Amino acid sequence: MLINPPTGRLQTQRIVMKISSCAAFLLAVLLAACQPSQLNNPYSDADTQQSILYQSFSERPKHLDPAVAYSSNEYAFIAQIYEPPLQYHYLKRPYELTPLTASKMPQVQYLNAKGEALPATAAEQDIAFTDYLLDLQDGVRYQPHPALAKNAHGDYLYHHLTAADIAPLNTLNDLPETGSRALLAEDYVYQIKRLAHPKNQSPIAEIMKNYIVGFAEFARQVADKPKTAVKDLSMSGVTALSPTQYRIRIKGKYPQFSYWLAMLFFAPMPWEADVFYGQAGLQDKNITLDWFPIGTGAYYLAENNPNRRMILQKNPHFHPEAYPSEGEPSDQAKGLLMDAGKPLPFIGQAVFMLEKETIPYWSKFLQGYFDASGIASDNFDQAVQFTGGGEARLTDAMREKGMQLETSVETSSFYMGFNMLDATVGGNTDKARKLRQALAIAVDFEEFISIFRNGRGVPAQGVVPPGIYGFADGPTGINTEVYEWQDKKPHRKSLEAAKQLMSEAGYANGIDPKTGQALILYFDTMAAGADDRPMLNWYRKQFAKLGIELVIRATDYNRFQEKMRNGNAQIFTWGWNADYPDPENFLFLLYGPNSKVKFGGENASNYQNPEFDRLFEKMRNMDNSEERYRLIQQLQAQVRHDAPWLFGFHPKSFALYHSWYKNLKPNLMANNQLKYTRINAQERAQKREAWNRPVFWPLGLAMAGLVVLALPAVRAYRRKLQG
Amino acid sequence: MTQYIIRRILYAFPILLGVNILTFVLFFVVNSPDDMARLQLGQKHVTQQAIDNWKHQHGYDLPLLWDGHASAEEKLTHTIFFQKSAGLFVFNFGVSDSGRNIGADIQERALPSLALALPTLAIGLVVNICLALMMVLFRSSYLEQAGMVLCVLLMSVSSLFYIIGGQFFAGKLLKLVPISGYDDGFAAFKFLVLPIAIGVFSGIGSGVRWYRTLFLEEVGKDYVRTARAKGLTETAALFRHVLPNAMIPILTGVVVVLPSLFMGSLIMESFFSIPGLGSYTIDAINSQDFAIVRAMVFLGSVLYVLGLLLTDISYTLVDPRVRLS
Repeated sequence: MLINPPTGRLQTQRIVMKISSCAAFLLAVLLAACQPSQLNNPYSDADTQQSILYQSFSERPKHLDPAVAYSSNEYAFIAQIYEPPLQYHYLKRPYELTPLTASKMPQVQYLNAKGEALPATAAEQDIAFTDYLLDLQDGVRYQPHPALAKNAHGDYLYHHLTAADIAPLNTLNDLPETGSRALLAEDYVYQIKRLAHPKNQSPIAEIMKNYIVGFAEFARQVADKPKTAVKDLSMSGVTALSPTQYRIRIKGKYPQFSYWLAMLFFAPMPWEADVFYGQAGLQDKNITLDWFPIGTGAYYLAENNPNRRMILQKNPHFHPEAYPSEGEPSDQAKGLLMDAGKPLPFIGQAVFMLEKETIPYWSKFLQGYFDASGIASDNFDQAVQFTGGGEARLTDAMREKGMQLETSVETSSFYMGFNMLDATVGGNTDKARKLRQALAIAVDFEEFISIFRNGRGVPAQGVVPPGIYGFADGPTGINTEVYEWQDKKPHRKSLEAAKQLMSEAGYANGIDPKTGQALILYFDTMAAGADDRPMLNWYRKQFAKLGIELVIRATDYNRFQEKMRNGNAQIFTWGWNADYPDPENFLFLLYGPNSKVKFGGENASNYQNPEFDRLFEKMRNMDNSEERYRLIQQLQAQVRHDAPWLFGFHPKSFALYHSWYKNLKPNLMANNQLKYTRINAQERAQKREAWNRPVFWPLGLAMAGLVVLALPAVRAYRRKLQG
Repeated sequence: MTQYIIRRILYAFPILLGVNILTFVLFFVVNSPDDMARLQLGQKHVTQQAIDNWKHQHGYDLPLLWDGHASAEEKLTHTIFFQKSAGLFVFNFGVSDSGRNIGADIQERALPSLALALPTLAIGLVVNICLALMMVLFRSSYLEQAGMVLCVLLMSVSSLFYIIGGQFFAGKLLKLVPISGYDDGFAAFKFLVLPIAIGVFSGIGSGVRWYRTLFLEEVGKDYVRTARAKGLTETAALFRHVLPNAMIPILTGVVVVLPSLFMGSLIMESFFSIPGLGSYTIDAINSQDFAIVRAMVFLGSVLYVLGLLLTDISYTLVDPRVRLS
């Protein structure tokens, strides 16, 4: 069949027209279907003006049961839901405990072995027991929850669900009725008994056996019984004295127990929760107490989808609590007291979206779809720059967006430890100690912080981090074995001093006299990935300054832990994050009876010095006083001299917040900050709209390009038909 | 054919048992029950008693494969292997070591995985076949050569680059779609547009080259020459004769992956925050959750066996000469 040229050209024109009109139609449909101002909005348009906080989480929480949860990613949720009797003051520093559901701070009563009351000034050795008497506020109620729903006769609606009732359920919200009731002292007692039940597997059960009277006996008593059995059995050391008062009796004197009372392990649990969630069939639906909390806090978990998002909704029964009216002197100027006395919480809802990757997360933060963000190493230079004086400040691009930068030194320590049981680096001999002291000078952690942490850290001068009682700043607080005080700041001693110590240790120029070769030391680490190589090379280089050859023994997590347990590691890195703001929680990391190999404790370097142990035992149960401060300084001086650790650094956290994020003050001990946070939703909506106007012209350009690319094909096809 | 299918299903049982034993042995060579307990209990204040308690509560205090002290059949049944694996054969996946029901989790996460993978596969298939047919249509011309160069270029780029580049261009620069996220029902559309587009685009290079090879093999055969001689246009010959005759290798590649689409894509789902099954296994390996690992490996094996069976059946549909016996 012959086709004349004019018809072929017509066909080409028709095809081009069809493609163009299709493209135009698609574009029109796209425009009509979406609000043109914010096509990239990942949330519902209806929520734009609402007082909703948008956060992210990168790892799904494993547990939301306050008896089991112990990770920061779990506390981010449940600290807003559950309320222990005490909490940390949001603004005051140093950290200070204040009542939360308690009406006042606990009354502490010391008792002797016969159970007779002792005065507050009683000597530690006379104190056999300590009673903590806690009074609760009136009017505290639980969030609406099906476990508390009752019918008109006062019977629980959902405590006897049948298989047919459970079959259609997918989530807790599928049960239409909810109920609430007043908080009782018995609920706190019940929770402590839950901590003891072996089936709940509380991570603090073994510690509490050492403190709470009757805890261990109770654990043995209920071991073979169901979880709900704890309700009708009593624990001798924990008693509800009235609906609003309960008492905890602990062994001996342990002032740090007050801090435990601010932890979520000691939050109340209604017995109805265990009865409700214990019904057969609910676990198969993932409807468990570990996933659907029930608390008295400012928020309740309205949506629990750890694979996508978690939503916290304001608790309609939240008890009256006001924003604090006191803080640090600088808080007034920072505007942190503007909401003083106003009822909490300010935010109606908090949405936590699962974001595993930092690149999309960071982009969404810059678009205004997340209200706050940490700063990953990849984005650090984009967000932060250092002034000549070493001070961190925002880059111009971030300042233009009105960002706020908050930095704070964490109450954590990261260190390089020596295994004190090792024949070469361990022990209390002069030879080994001088070798460790030399390495303490040579390994330059200022450089480490600069290279590997973008300056996010403070070189450690001892065990106790800033912000914890006993930390000393200035010339009196420096590690004189490693630093000299010059020009109003600490300067690391010269390498010559380290080499001199090496010579005194018998390793002149790093030569091991036994072999006549360079001394070989072994660094055991889990850092085995390609990304870790620069850091491992850096460690090698530090040791090589003294002529020492550092051999890296990289291994996986399990084998590394095994080496540490068996004492087969020689040099390692380790860290510790404070459980509570007391020096005892750091110095116990070097207490002999806590050694990892002998006793399975947290003393990873197996350091044992009778003088240190004696001073620690004297210091640990003291109230804060001048004497305690002096003892802490003595303890610090002892470990600086013995050098079981190279005191690495205390990490410094950097976080970015948009301008609409209010009442922002980092609090490293408290996890319930959400209720203090306020969002200016109007400002956020305006900025989001300005930042997210879609750009269409490149699409049109791309389509035109496609048409141009298609033209030769169409022409070739036409020629083919002709030929 | 029914007999054939039954026989294949029966063959699958020893394969699945073998996979199960292999997974079990590999997992416990690397991790002991004590290691698993330590990881689940966290790093602080973990005592041996707490570890023993965890193992007892989760059934990891039994012998691994054989209980020499037990009597009769309990020698086999009173073991971690039997207790944890027997239920799998009736698709009872049990509870994860962190306490969640695995079956419910899989059910919940399979749908988003499918919502991403199925359109990507379907659209990708159509696009790749059309482009491959076009290249065959313009074979031995500069258009084909240019197309081939383009395909090689597209193949040479890492899929991660497409994802990050796509998010940067469409989400950050043009602000046309959300960078990441997911929603239920039709609201998921705006979140899926970009990952599907990227999935299709990143597969064009290899897909088009593969299909082009299949079509070129067919296009030189006698029946195509006959069709042309009878006056059929080149496009008609390609679509009516070449395409149906190239269906067997196409089906081999497509049907075998259909069941495993449920399993999701690790990188794509991770970057686009799609709550699918892609990262479920990796997360479980990282947290040493053996319960999830064995369930997912078992499910993967079942789906793979199913995929192979479906491929065999599909041959009979596209080629009447094939008979299953």
